[in-house]
Amino acid sequence: MKTRAMKFVKRLFAVALFAPVVAMAAGAALHLDKAPVSTDPAALQNGAKVFVNYCLNCHGASFMRYNRLKDIGLSEELIKDNLLFTADKIGEQMKIAMTRDNGKAWFGAAPPDLTLVARARASEFGSGADWLYTYLRQFYRDPNRPTGWNNKVFENVGMPHVLWELQGDQVAHIEEKDDGHGGKLKEVSLELAKPGTQTTAEYDKTVADLVSFLVWMGEPMAESRKNIGVIVLIFLTGLFVLSYALKKNYWKDIH
Amino acid sequence: MTTKSQALLNWVDERFPLTSTWKAHLSEYYAPKNFNFWYFFGSLALLVLVIQIVTGIFLVMHYKPDASLNAAGVPVAFAAVEYIMRDVPGGWLIRYMHSTGASAFFVVVYLHMFRGLLYGSYRKPRELIWLFGVGIFLALMAEAFMGYLLPWGQMSFWGAQVIVNLFSAIPVIGPDLALVIRGDFVVSDATLNRFFSFHVIAVPLVLIGLVLAHIVALHEVGSNNPDGVEIKKKKDANGIPLDGIPFHPYYTVKDIVGVVGFLIVFSAVMFFAPEGGGYFLEYNNFLPADPLVTPPHIAPVWYFTPFYSLLRAVTYPLFGLDAKFWGVIAMGAGVVIFAFLPWLDRSPVKSIRYKGPIFKTALVLFVIVFFILGYLGVQPPDNGGIKDRTTQICSVLYFAFFLLMPWYSKLDSCKPEPERVTS
Repeated sequence: MKTRAMKFVKRLFAVALFAPVVAMAAGAALHLDKAPVSTDPAALQNGAKVFVNYCLNCHGASFMRYNRLKDIGLSEELIKDNLLFTADKIGEQMKIAMTRDNGKAWFGAAPPDLTLVARARASEFGSGADWLYTYLRQFYRDPNRPTGWNNKVFENVGMPHVLWELQGDQVAHIEEKDDGHGGKLKEVSLELAKPGTQTTAEYDKTVADLVSFLVWMGEPMAESRKNIGVIVLIFLTGLFVLSYALKKNYWKDIH
Repeated sequence: MTTKSQALLNWVDERFPLTSTWKAHLSEYYAPKNFNFWYFFGSLALLVLVIQIVTGIFLVMHYKPDASLNAAGVPVAFAAVEYIMRDVPGGWLIRYMHSTGASAFFVVVYLHMFRGLLYGSYRKPRELIWLFGVGIFLALMAEAFMGYLLPWGQMSFWGAQVIVNLFSAIPVIGPDLALVIRGDFVVSDATLNRFFSFHVIAVPLVLIGLVLAHIVALHEVGSNNPDGVEIKKKKDANGIPLDGIPFHPYYTVKDIVGVVGFLIVFSAVMFFAPEGGGYFLEYNNFLPADPLVTPPHIAPVWYFTPFYSLLRAVTYPLFGLDAKFWGVIAMGAGVVIFAFLPWLDRSPVKSIRYKGPIFKTALVLFVIVFFILGYLGVQPPDNGGIKDRTTQICSVLYFAFFLLMPWYSKLDSCKPEPERVTS
């Protein structure tokens, strides 16, 4: 009930303040799938597991402390035994051993820090979560790339498909179409050529959990921010009624 | 009052004008009784100034203006902001108050300025109040611009790069001036440190001084009102304006209602949409500044966009000088031209209530043009396409509102002003 009310307030604001942008984005070229972002602790914990196992080797999360994972329902013991790969102490940040210079030499560009990626990737085409959810599901085999992988959302990306064992191999069918203005429009459609260890539905769920975790990590205080906000607004509404009554009373002899 | 506290007050009053100041500015400062909704925004601007100063003091305790990279390869300044957001208890709240406060400041100030346009608050004898106000607006823009560099994100860096480069378009002294502002050949650690110094010390001092002058000048001549008539012309036997009421308690209790109403809107944004849909906190600014990666589209924060549009509207070189230089002139003129309003408006009446159809149309048109310019300012230019042409037409209309005012305000068929304020 509470979350529904909060969502409504948020939507109302989004619509009132930013309607022109939404209208503008209608003709956009980049199509993103809507990410099913969850705040369920089980999903976030699974996302944390995927993040630590697959991402936190090349990408750091240098603003994120391991013990903050307690906020998604993990105990210190669980974190220490299962997730503490890149640090010795639970109060340390999720840093990696690879230097930026090495990253640049090996991938062409240093892999970015992922703490804030879900906030940074937002655009007029969709939320940062939408971008990540689409990006991580649209890698395809491309023999012309040094890593053997390309991506539909992020063309010629330096990152290989780290989750390929789970998703399997996708191949791209590229069709060149006339865009109606004398130019060429590249249309890429993806097909799963070799399945991975997960079905498409399972893989989508894995990515959804990972993206949910990245969203949570981008602003770990987001939930408490909204909860405090509800209390503040209730208090202010009461105060408004009182202050208005006070004003009315003072002003009753002014005509 | 007990005799003891009265004695203490007398002791103070013999040494400091406490009671007389209280009377002059609050309990015996007579304000017109017919203030409407538009008169909330002055006190609200003062409130936001206090919010910004107090939250700013706490942010400075944890922020580090340092562009060097930390062990993880992230600029220290950028990491310091995330440290505030994550590791400082309550830090996220303080930071969001400050970032939302910046946008709120401009919302409130724009509405406050629009009130001035509506009711002719800049007219004689309030020219100096208006000039101090324009000074506040200029200082506020400098404050916001320099503050925006401090998080050291991509937009911070490239926004500063673009704006400081504009100064290099000024003939002869331009390149050296840009160098002095940056303290380096590119935006760098030197720039970050001097902007930090200006943002937390120099400009706030100027702002507070100007705000004080603004209020002292206002209390000297007295407030205007929605009817635009001078309440001091009709006084009772005691010399109190017939249509005036003491600021305290009447307007203090009324302003509390305004403050709480404002805080409701402010909190709704701060707690539920602190990014303001990418307008209050731009998405690209969640990426650390990288001098080697230019973002595809650099847009200033929303409150600068109408003036940024004026800059981009000028695309022709003139008198052998670059179009960029004339763009800078247009942008600067777009702000400074407000200062001339007291002498541009030749209407026999002050308030929009008694002005004629020409002025009303001009004002409505001006507001529409201001919004269109603001909207186009965040859009990428389209190389002489429909957006750029619209920007140019709107820029001409923007300046026409001011420059043609001496004629159309005089020509207009105004209604007679009432003798006393209407309720």
